[in-house]
Amino acid sequence: MSSEPIKIRIKRQSDAKSPASWVDFQIPYRPSMNIISCLMEIQKNPVDAAGKPVDPVSWDCSCLEEVCGACTMVINGRVRQSCSALVDNIRKENPGQPISLEPMTKFPVVRDLCVDRSRMFESLKKVKAWVPIDGTHDLGPGQRMNEAEREESYHLSTCMTCGCCVESCPNYNEDSKFIGPAAISQVVLFNSHPTGKLNAGERLDAIMGEGGITDCGNAQNCVNVCPKSIPLTTSIAKASRATTTRMFSKIFDT
Amino acid sequence: MAEPRIAVVGGGLAGLMAAIRVAEKGGKVLLFSVVPVKRSHSVCAQGGINGAVNTKGEGDSVYQHFDDTVYGGDFLGDQPPIKAMTANAPRIIYLLDRMGVMFNRTPEGLLDFRRFGGTLHHRTAFAGATTGQQLLYALDEQVRRFEAEGKVEKFESWEYLSSVIDDQGVSRGIVAQNLATMEVKAFPCDATILATGGPGRIFGKSTNSMICTGYAAASLYKQGASYANGEFIQIHPTAIPGEDKLRLMSESARGEGGRVWVPKKKGDTRAPRQIPEGERWYFLEEKYPKYGNLVPRDIASREIHSVCYKHEMGIGGGAKVYLDLTHKPREVLDKKLGGILEIYEKFVGVDPREEPMQIFPAVHYSMGGLWVGYETKADGEMDMAHPRTHMTSIPGVYAAGEVDYLYHGANRLGANSLVSCIFSGDVAGPAAVAWAKGLAKGAESVDKAVFDREVSRMQAEVDAVAARKGGENPFKIVDELGYLMLSECTIVRTNDGLKKARAKLDDLQARADKATVPDSGKTANQSLRFAHQLPYLVQLAKVMVDGALARNESRGAHYKPEFEKRDDENWMKTTMANYDAKSNAPSLSWVPVDARFIKPRPRTYGAGGS
Repeated sequence: MSSEPIKIRIKRQSDAKSPASWVDFQIPYRPSMNIISCLMEIQKNPVDAAGKPVDPVSWDCSCLEEVCGACTMVINGRVRQSCSALVDNIRKENPGQPISLEPMTKFPVVRDLCVDRSRMFESLKKVKAWVPIDGTHDLGPGQRMNEAEREESYHLSTCMTCGCCVESCPNYNEDSKFIGPAAISQVVLFNSHPTGKLNAGERLDAIMGEGGITDCGNAQNCVNVCPKSIPLTTSIAKASRATTTRMFSKIFDT
Repeated sequence: MAEPRIAVVGGGLAGLMAAIRVAEKGGKVLLFSVVPVKRSHSVCAQGGINGAVNTKGEGDSVYQHFDDTVYGGDFLGDQPPIKAMTANAPRIIYLLDRMGVMFNRTPEGLLDFRRFGGTLHHRTAFAGATTGQQLLYALDEQVRRFEAEGKVEKFESWEYLSSVIDDQGVSRGIVAQNLATMEVKAFPCDATILATGGPGRIFGKSTNSMICTGYAAASLYKQGASYANGEFIQIHPTAIPGEDKLRLMSESARGEGGRVWVPKKKGDTRAPRQIPEGERWYFLEEKYPKYGNLVPRDIASREIHSVCYKHEMGIGGGAKVYLDLTHKPREVLDKKLGGILEIYEKFVGVDPREEPMQIFPAVHYSMGGLWVGYETKADGEMDMAHPRTHMTSIPGVYAAGEVDYLYHGANRLGANSLVSCIFSGDVAGPAAVAWAKGLAKGAESVDKAVFDREVSRMQAEVDAVAARKGGENPFKIVDELGYLMLSECTIVRTNDGLKKARAKLDDLQARADKATVPDSGKTANQSLRFAHQLPYLVQLAKVMVDGALARNESRGAHYKPEFEKRDDENWMKTTMANYDAKSNAPSLSWVPVDARFIKPRPRTYGAGGS
């Protein structure tokens, strides 16, 4: 069965305003294919399952090694990167079934599987996810760090802003202002950095207002879909404690 | 003139560093990128960044780093820029540390350093095995801070199409295309910094990201810029063969003790761990006892190629050798190499901590690129503040990062790319601002017709591509281009093969010029975009093949068995390619290498005890 042609259903729309519809494709099987190589086949030979010429499918991709985050989409109902989605594994999970590909639902569709995730980058701006250095001139090395703490922070800093966490989050949508797990986890990252923590208050303030941490409904989907297994719920809990402390200290200090 | 407006094209390490420096110097940055900058190809760099910090007390020095880089580049690199880069490398690492890069630490909490190829010192700072990603994120964060302050304006999902060049031959801005709406538009700017990366797509499958097409460089070359040392393409010795791409297996795997071997018995069918130590051929360690598995990339790739093709000793008779880490403790591997081992496990489905990896060389990096100049001071050191330093042959256009040719000679040392990208951005940013400030009139006062003319030219080009009928699919043609370049213009080159390849490129050029767009869409038309780029990619392939054909010697990554030796008398020269419209092909010339500090010496890496 494994060398049978690959059946793929793709949810398509020609631009942001057009209605979406499903189109079936059939692709010759080769060993070790991933979803990207299926989409590349369609690009080279854009015909649907019936052999009728169609416009090739648009999708975003770049690194193809699950480190840039570009090729994120919903595959068989699950949000993930399409480069690391191997056809053999997917077919083992759902034998005989076509593979469905959809754009992420929490962002505006540009075309087909391309979406505009600028809202996530705006959130990083909002929480001031950076260490405010004095300048690029030579000021010697940064502060020393304990290797165990470094390792924990390194894990948080592997976030690709791919959008899996917010796609799976029931509290993140067009109508809500929720900033999402990725940005909250970045607050924790920068607030634990030896010099980043000098500005911890500003970042906490940014997640204390509307759309901030209290909008998290604790569904815990984020941590299950993160491709880098970032402990997002742990980050949310840490940020939650820190904001509570800050809120009380603000009340009692004034 | 108002604040200088600088277009930075490309959001990888070089582009972001340039943007930061321009913003610091008071310029306004217009930052163009085909993807959100956080997704740039720099994320794929794994192993680390070089800088002679000597944390391990091995007597490492900036001079040793300089010498290793020049020797590693087989004496083709101009020495003042390499000297300046290596001298600034420790500062750059410290700057990144201050920006919050989560570099691995020593027990004392200092930055840790690992071994890499082409040196005997621990000189490579690293953040797990995703160092490029971590450095890119740090610069991305700093740029976001400037963006929040209004000093940087991002144009993401915009593609550079060409430079606007006035009647005096001076660049006055760029023309770019919005990849969602397909709109073509001019952006007046006082200077432009191209930081658009390498040309991996020309080779079909490589370790490069899909966005690394080489288009921007080819476009500027067609507008008159010189392209230097195009024939020098680095083949990384260890990549994971794949259907859609050849994924990098970092040199850090060998830096942390990974060993390359094949079974001594031809066609041995036993599982690797069933083969006893005495029946394994550790061919690199045997031939290069001093450097072992950490010989430079050109040498390791040639040896692997020779084991597989000349000796036919590849695993199971195929084109693969083992890269073995199974003798190292799991927790050490997870801590230092986690990211890359996960990639192998995820894409191959085998745990490299338990079973040796199967790898083969792949196209990885272009040492060649857009020619950029540099000025020197009285003492011979590069003048980093001079407006002509890092400028291409088109006044007002700079190049930085992999797209320039400046720092690696005939072969790049591992972990020198991150430092060269950041350093070149660090230099090009202020140089561009200095140039802009010295202009008699800024781009805003240039006649509108100059911009309209270039927009019309590019719009007409794109429209003509969209209107073609009856040609081939561009993605099929690029597969052929890639196959051709891989077979004839990589590890082993012969004049016969190169001549045939060159004739085939003329055929591919004609077909690429007629390729049809199978997409009627008005939005995010990726086939149109690629069909427009493809003829440019073929132009750049001609530069690579012609340069290789002319160079009758072997040097660094360029290896011709017919001319086995390096020939300093005739070929210690930089190849300069300029587009000739009449022949629709490059016209080549050569300029001497600036070797004012270190005299060339044979490059043996102690092979056979020499």
